[in-house]
Amino acid sequence: MNNYYCKVDKFAAEPQINDSYSTTKLHIQKNYKIALPKGRFLSSTARFLSEAGLGFDGYSDKTRQYRLQSTIIPDLSAKVFQEKDIPIQVAIGNYDLGICGLDWIEELLAKYPTGNLVKISGLNYGEGNVHVVASNRAGISNIDELLDRQNDFRIVSEYPNLAEAFALNQRMKKFRVFPVWGASEVYPPENADLSILWEECESSIAAQYLILLKTLLPVTAFLIANRTSLENKDMSLLLSLITEPCQQSSVGITGHDDSIASTSRSPDRDNSNRTERAAQSYWQEKEIKLALPDGHQQAPTAQFLKQTNIAIPEYYDQLLNRRPSTDLDWLGIKVIRPQDMPLQVANANFDLAITGEDWLREHLYRFPSSPVQGLLTLGFGIVKIVVAVSQDMPVTNTEELRYLVQSGKFAPLRVASEYINISDKYLRDNHIDPYKLIPTWGASEAFLPEDADMLIDNTETGKTLKQHGLRIIDVIFQSSACLIGNKDSLSSPNKKGKINFLIESLQAGLS
Amino acid sequence: MLQNHKCKGMQDMLPDDMLRFRYIEDVFRDCCRDWSYKEIRTPTLDYLHLFTATGTLTPGMLSKVYSFLDWDGWSGERVVLRPDGTIPVARLYIDNLREQKLARLFYVTNIFAFEETGKENRERWQCGAEFFGGAQFVADVEIILLAKEVINKLGLSRVKLQLSHAGLVKALIKEFKLSSSEETRLTDRVLEGDWQALTAAKTSSPELDRLISSLLNLKGKSSSFLNNIRALTTQSSPDFKSSLEDFINITTLLDSMGCNYEIDTKAMQGFEYYTGACFQLSAGGKKVGGGGRYDNLVPLMNGEETPACGFALYVDPIMGLLPSKKEDKANILVKGEELSSEIANNCFTLAGLLRNAGYHTEVDFTGREESDFRWVILVSEKKPSPFVVIDCRQKRQRKAVDAVEIFLILRQE
Repeated sequence: MNNYYCKVDKFAAEPQINDSYSTTKLHIQKNYKIALPKGRFLSSTARFLSEAGLGFDGYSDKTRQYRLQSTIIPDLSAKVFQEKDIPIQVAIGNYDLGICGLDWIEELLAKYPTGNLVKISGLNYGEGNVHVVASNRAGISNIDELLDRQNDFRIVSEYPNLAEAFALNQRMKKFRVFPVWGASEVYPPENADLSILWEECESSIAAQYLILLKTLLPVTAFLIANRTSLENKDMSLLLSLITEPCQQSSVGITGHDDSIASTSRSPDRDNSNRTERAAQSYWQEKEIKLALPDGHQQAPTAQFLKQTNIAIPEYYDQLLNRRPSTDLDWLGIKVIRPQDMPLQVANANFDLAITGEDWLREHLYRFPSSPVQGLLTLGFGIVKIVVAVSQDMPVTNTEELRYLVQSGKFAPLRVASEYINISDKYLRDNHIDPYKLIPTWGASEAFLPEDADMLIDNTETGKTLKQHGLRIIDVIFQSSACLIGNKDSLSSPNKKGKINFLIESLQAGLS
Repeated sequence: MLQNHKCKGMQDMLPDDMLRFRYIEDVFRDCCRDWSYKEIRTPTLDYLHLFTATGTLTPGMLSKVYSFLDWDGWSGERVVLRPDGTIPVARLYIDNLREQKLARLFYVTNIFAFEETGKENRERWQCGAEFFGGAQFVADVEIILLAKEVINKLGLSRVKLQLSHAGLVKALIKEFKLSSSEETRLTDRVLEGDWQALTAAKTSSPELDRLISSLLNLKGKSSSFLNNIRALTTQSSPDFKSSLEDFINITTLLDSMGCNYEIDTKAMQGFEYYTGACFQLSAGGKKVGGGGRYDNLVPLMNGEETPACGFALYVDPIMGLLPSKKEDKANILVKGEELSSEIANNCFTLAGLLRNAGYHTEVDFTGREESDFRWVILVSEKKPSPFVVIDCRQKRQRKAVDAVEIFLILRQE
């Protein structure tokens, strides 16, 4: 273990010791760590922990703190992760305990049935289920009909391991699983036969013109533990505080409830779904298919497209409509995650897409002969892909890092990144070895310095990295939004003219 | 510093291991060639759908395959490290040899399957033989006899042959009259070794209960046992009856050829593609091989109706049962007494002549103490006899003027 790991103490607030625990705390072994979820279960987990008497100052929707200290148990610290990362962090032993949805636990265990991860207890709160869905336009009512009808299935999911296990259990003769970062509901029927997704309630499945074929598992929050920690550390106080409320079932946290979830849907969504239905039925006839980004990239992309002569009002108005219509009757548009676009364009589900150059590179490094190519740099959404380390690490550039790694300080260097293939190439090209990649789903900065030694991530200004005590030691490249296309579409006589029209329209927006 | 750890579940084979490995391979190859089987080799990578399409590997087995996207796998088409020996051979047969009415093929290959603890092998070696086109029970007997011959020639002791019949077991499961998905689930459990599932399943027929109990609990030593079973079953299905007849034919022939075996219905595990007789071989208490008939595999893979049967011997446990092997050829150390261009030249020239004459010959200039050599030949620039031939067995040495004299000395022994 190197020196950098000790620096975690600087994040620890002075513990507020409750008198009733002051005697018990002596029996607790030091340095407990629990991984807590961001996102959908943050507020319910915060409420649960607070009612269990395990306060963590700063664990709320409003604060963006990653590192927390228990106000009750002095030696208990916590870190906030993307939910998906938590089972991995606990399984590899970086954290003794974790709280996350059952879906992400099963996603890990489906592929890696590791004995290192122990499911301790459901926590009596949770939301929704993981479902297998198809389009309601596919003309089927159950999974057997679908299996009887065809032999080759395309399954899209944020849960690729659960998807593969499902396909094997259903004895699908041939199947392909497309892992996506999100928006998997928008792929069927044109771009996938099945989607395996999490939904809060069944009514929202129907509202997206999908049909529920099978419910794979209910998504309750779960307490998990690392087996070695459970076998060797006395965590009894902590465990009893957490599991007692569950046994009493007295925690007033909402279970998954269709009526609550369905009332929470925004009116905007209902309106946009009406439009979606109309758009969906025309998709197959569209000669050119374009993917536009959702999330953070939607606003700058809409801003840019407004300057062109392509009118996509629903997209410009920031509505959550995944199939916005346009005045070009030959153009079909879907709104999906920019990370997923290169693979979708490679598979000819789309002819064109607006994504980032970072995601294009990430794809091409993984699939060098992919038929995707960059067509136009659009000049907005500019970020730098950087290499950063903790301020405490005595290196200022790649060369110094290489020498430090070669000197044997790391066994091996742990690199956290959303960009697995870019990172792999960078580390190989710079002869930084040995290293181990830790895939993340955003917020890689939270991993340093305890759970990773280095990150490769994007940054606009570098301010966030600095705030987290990190130092940029290299800029790999600068990435802008770009138009990408499928080479076969570009050479197709039927499509070439219209694609060139779109490229020219976008070029006009650049000037 | 990071240690150069071996990948979990993988194994190195050291020179002594390789001597035993090659010995097994040689015995197996010689036997197969004697029976007119032809050697083939299939690729390490194949498409995952080759193994899912046949519906012949259980989900439990498929969940342990090493599958990944190739460098051009953007279409989502996954490839796997070969998880089974027979299915790729069936693919090879369909692609290349389907015009042949009969094809007797054999191979030595590695197969890969994830194993959770990492303490067992995740890469295992098999010697396998497949017989395509052999429809009659004599083909089953042929592969059983071939497998047994290899095991006998390897010199393994406490060899046990257990016979079962997949057609019989599947016909039994059908007697439960379950829905297709329930039947698949029960079959999967049985194939994964959970025979309790069969006894726990409720039947409404006392005859069926009796049959299950007899087949699962009794172990026959000759075809008489199966004749008794036939006498006990009056209302069984045509599938069951024909499977039983097939099994009786095979065991009767084995009886007449003096081949000992045990009929143990439970000695059938893992492979759903078996349709007829199957067998398991063990030696020294370890499973060392198995095989059976798989008439549906080739048609399931879009080939024509082709009866087939085959077996595989498991190299890793067999290696553990064999004593250490020694190189059979006499080996010679040609040792330069000094390191000069002329001596080196003489050493390499002499070593070349010795190798051409069939001796394993090592050249050395380090001055190390030799061991385990039958002969050591010292090479110097001394005139008139630059060579000294040391007979390490007889502990004596003689001077030699040239290679001709050296060969005379070697041949005198």
